[in-house]
Amino acid sequence: MKIGVLALQGAVAEHIRSINQTGAEGVPIKKVEQLSDIDGLIIPGGESTTIGKLMRKYNFLEPIRSFSEQGKPVFGTCAGLIVLAKQIAGGEESHLGLMDIQVARNAFGRQRESFETDLPVKGIEETVRAVFIRAPLILTVGEEVEVLSTYKDEIVTARQGHLLAASYHPELTDDYRLHQYFADMIKEAKAAVQL
Amino acid sequence: METGTSRVKRGMAEMQKGGVIMDVMNAEQAKIAEASGATAVMALERVPSDIRAAGGVARMADPTIVEEVMKVVSIPVMAKARIGHYVEAKVLESLGVDYLDESEVLTPADEVFHIDKWDFTVPFVCGAKDLGEALRRIGEGASMLRTKGEPGTGNIVEAVRHMRLINSQIRKVQSLSKDELYAEAKNLGVSYDLLKGVQENGKLPVVNFAAGGIATPADAALMMHLGADGVFVGSGIFKSDNPEKFARAIVEATTHYDDYKLIAEVSKNLGTPMKGIEISKLSPSERMSDRGW
Repeated sequence: MKIGVLALQGAVAEHIRSINQTGAEGVPIKKVEQLSDIDGLIIPGGESTTIGKLMRKYNFLEPIRSFSEQGKPVFGTCAGLIVLAKQIAGGEESHLGLMDIQVARNAFGRQRESFETDLPVKGIEETVRAVFIRAPLILTVGEEVEVLSTYKDEIVTARQGHLLAASYHPELTDDYRLHQYFADMIKEAKAAVQL
Repeated sequence: METGTSRVKRGMAEMQKGGVIMDVMNAEQAKIAEASGATAVMALERVPSDIRAAGGVARMADPTIVEEVMKVVSIPVMAKARIGHYVEAKVLESLGVDYLDESEVLTPADEVFHIDKWDFTVPFVCGAKDLGEALRRIGEGASMLRTKGEPGTGNIVEAVRHMRLINSQIRKVQSLSKDELYAEAKNLGVSYDLLKGVQENGKLPVVNFAAGGIATPADAALMMHLGADGVFVGSGIFKSDNPEKFARAIVEATTHYDDYKLIAEVSKNLGTPMKGIEISKLSPSERMSDRGW
């Protein structure tokens, strides 16, 4: 199984390391053509304004939307969550607009308010060490979205079918269970296509 | 819940990877930088080339400039404190700056001691021209490094020298036996444990950006080719004829540093880059890269 990591800007190498730990193969994606070689895609943390601009510049928006329409799973972490969201609070233009969530950027404050904590995530036994860096959060979710975890009553992990989003950085720890969860989503998706 | 952990501080720098951090002197420039795809801005009173031209003592920027910049952009805002100037750094931290640069671009406040950076919630980036400096800064708590280069010259040669030296020193460390490693820690003047970490991982424990003298998109791409995790562009952008176009070109060349056709495309009609200074024409006292130890 090949899992791509959108490599326009941000923490690409860390995601690839975590993917490789699940037994899947992590591939940096710099060109649109590479999307046809992968089974799932991670949009990493970085600066969402930069990633969004480069995605437009290199015409990634439509190809990733059709990648998703084929039922292929997409996982956004931190900036990646913002890129996936249908709505960004404050009227900023959305990017991929795939996931039925409304998000707030830098919702916990500036860098000095960034933190790490133990977070329970539905579907994963025992807590995950979650690193929040100038992190966004999910303000509201649509009917088809399942909330997988909250921190102080705010939504920080969510899933909508084959789409997964987290406010924090699972790739910055040695714990690859969230990547495993995503790899399992890809397996499910592949099985569904074969049926 | 813990704030200011190494993971949170170093992680913040990881998120900047593959990006361009731009020097800005006011809110308007900050907006241009953000719109061009900068991953962060460095709020300054004067860019390095102006500091060179003005002479005298260069200090932390007026807090008004820093606050103005913080107000208009949603990307992280960095600011510079003088080497060893604990109070300037604390003042900038109190303003809510996202990253502090203990910088040789400003006139050092202390010729012996750098700031104890563990004592801050906000992360620090520091300049380094060799592996010894890099690991000493990390030992003091730096969460991100950058080459010193020779700021404000528009001349890439020093940044290239520093990046190449650090990388070749890392390769050398990897080849050492255990007993040789103890001696190398002494030679470099660094902690044995940090050096052992470099030997085991074949890389520094924090992100290392290129800085100091980047004047064109090709310069930025060259530094990425040499292994930089991203680039700082100081005087280059807002000293060029068309800052917005120039900034966008640097961002694209950094992302696609190995796509030479694309770099050719973005390099067209950029106007005159900053004039630049031949390093050998600088007197020793004018060399910023020799500040710090």
